[in-house]
Amino acid sequence: MKTDINPISGGANMARRSFLRYAGAGAAAVAVLGATACHKDRVMVDPVNGSDIGSGDIGILNYAYALEQLEAAFYTQVVATPYSGITNLELTYMTDIRDHEVIHREFFKAALGTSAIKQLTPDFSKINFSSRDNVLATAKAFEDLGVQAYDGAGYLIQSATYLTIAGKIVSVEARHAALIANLINGGSFVSSDQVDANGLNGSKAIADVLPIANAFLKTKVSASSFNYTI
Amino acid sequence: MNIFNIIDEIEKVDPEITERLNPRRAAIKNITSFGSKVAVAALPFALGTMLKRAYGAASTTDVVGVLNFALTLEYLEAAFYNQGFASTGLIPSGNSDYIGVIRRDENAHVKFLQNVITSLNATPVQASTYDFTGGNNKGNGPFKDVFTNYATFLAVAQVFEDTGVRAYKGQAPVLLGNQTVLTAALSIHAVEARHASAIRKLRRDLNQAPNNKPYIVSSASLGNDTGLSLVDANYAGEENVTQGGVNLVTALNVSTEAASAAFDEPLTKDQVTSLVVGSFIVQ
Repeated sequence: MKTDINPISGGANMARRSFLRYAGAGAAAVAVLGATACHKDRVMVDPVNGSDIGSGDIGILNYAYALEQLEAAFYTQVVATPYSGITNLELTYMTDIRDHEVIHREFFKAALGTSAIKQLTPDFSKINFSSRDNVLATAKAFEDLGVQAYDGAGYLIQSATYLTIAGKIVSVEARHAALIANLINGGSFVSSDQVDANGLNGSKAIADVLPIANAFLKTKVSASSFNYTI
Repeated sequence: MNIFNIIDEIEKVDPEITERLNPRRAAIKNITSFGSKVAVAALPFALGTMLKRAYGAASTTDVVGVLNFALTLEYLEAAFYNQGFASTGLIPSGNSDYIGVIRRDENAHVKFLQNVITSLNATPVQASTYDFTGGNNKGNGPFKDVFTNYATFLAVAQVFEDTGVRAYKGQAPVLLGNQTVLTAALSIHAVEARHASAIRKLRRDLNQAPNNKPYIVSSASLGNDTGLSLVDANYAGEENVTQGGVNLVTALNVSTEAASAAFDEPLTKDQVTSLVVGSFIVQ
């Protein structure tokens, strides 16, 4: 199962190359500064089969990047092998969501540059992509997890610019979450498993999100600066 | 521009700058590694933010200001749905649960925000008088049939929900680093986005807006995707496809529609105020 293709460009690395070319001039200058000053934010990579998000805002951006990689890979597979009985409209929704998640993923990859964690390999062996129930249940789990992850990590972001970008993305994830919930069961878009009696969406700490994400990843992601080691 | 020179300069007048910035020092280095022209563009702004944090986070006054602004919008939304349910024959019985949970959430937000503001020893703002026709108390605004025509009601609902999402997003930077209040605001923000998605889908399913998507799909020239030109200003800026200084359409070779839908855009408090006060909120 090939899940690392870029469904938007149609080629594995086309978009990435053009993005890097576009960002190239700035990245070179930044890399020089980074080399002298980034010890605390160095991204640690476990040579065995893991990746640590790092610390500070880079850590949070990598955290988002990891989750977006997972979502993008999932929807790429959903669109490549649609479930039995999928309607045209459902396929349109799945394709839209895939495009959004791929854009999020590629955005974070470019933004992080050399500080990015590596490309993660998903493990979707427990998902039955031919089953509507199973695909939508997994989609709901991923979207709800994404919203809770962004909401739970927002306060850790130190830069107003990054906080705003995270805010721009999390509401789109919440729109997805509500759509998927409605596809499963019309009217369940703010059900009590996600929204409490105060009308607040749930939020989750990094240490609570990553174990759930890791269940769908061959490459395990850790966050040693945020109380989560593998 | 070299941010470390700036820090050095500040150190000459404030020897404790390093102490003050610590552990924010990591943040300074972070912005220099944002990997693209992003960082350069954002640098002055980010620096201001860091210094603000180093020398003191948002005051309680600022935080209460955000909460009262949010409460003002939640009053508006709660009153809108309450009045919708009070309008006999407006909401079809088959949709009463669907709209009912949104009404429940908006009323819960009102109570929650009142409680938070009170817990900060501040005073919650009062509810206003509303004219949901958009007529500033004349009852004769552009949405005259808002409580007699379900399609108009849902169209206004969609605009309120989408605008609410933008309003919360615009206030997030004021709450930077505030675990309790920022997390709560983001949690309400997400629920407003769930509502917006649901109203959008319902309008499509009822064939009131056959091309509606649960997300805002802008064209290059127009943020507004509702087909109601009256509310162009509520969606102004949603057509943005440049994030962190990078044009996603150019860089990723994706459509404007996908790039704009993948990111929701904020509105400032002043923008939101001008959209609702003197029309829906009677002035």
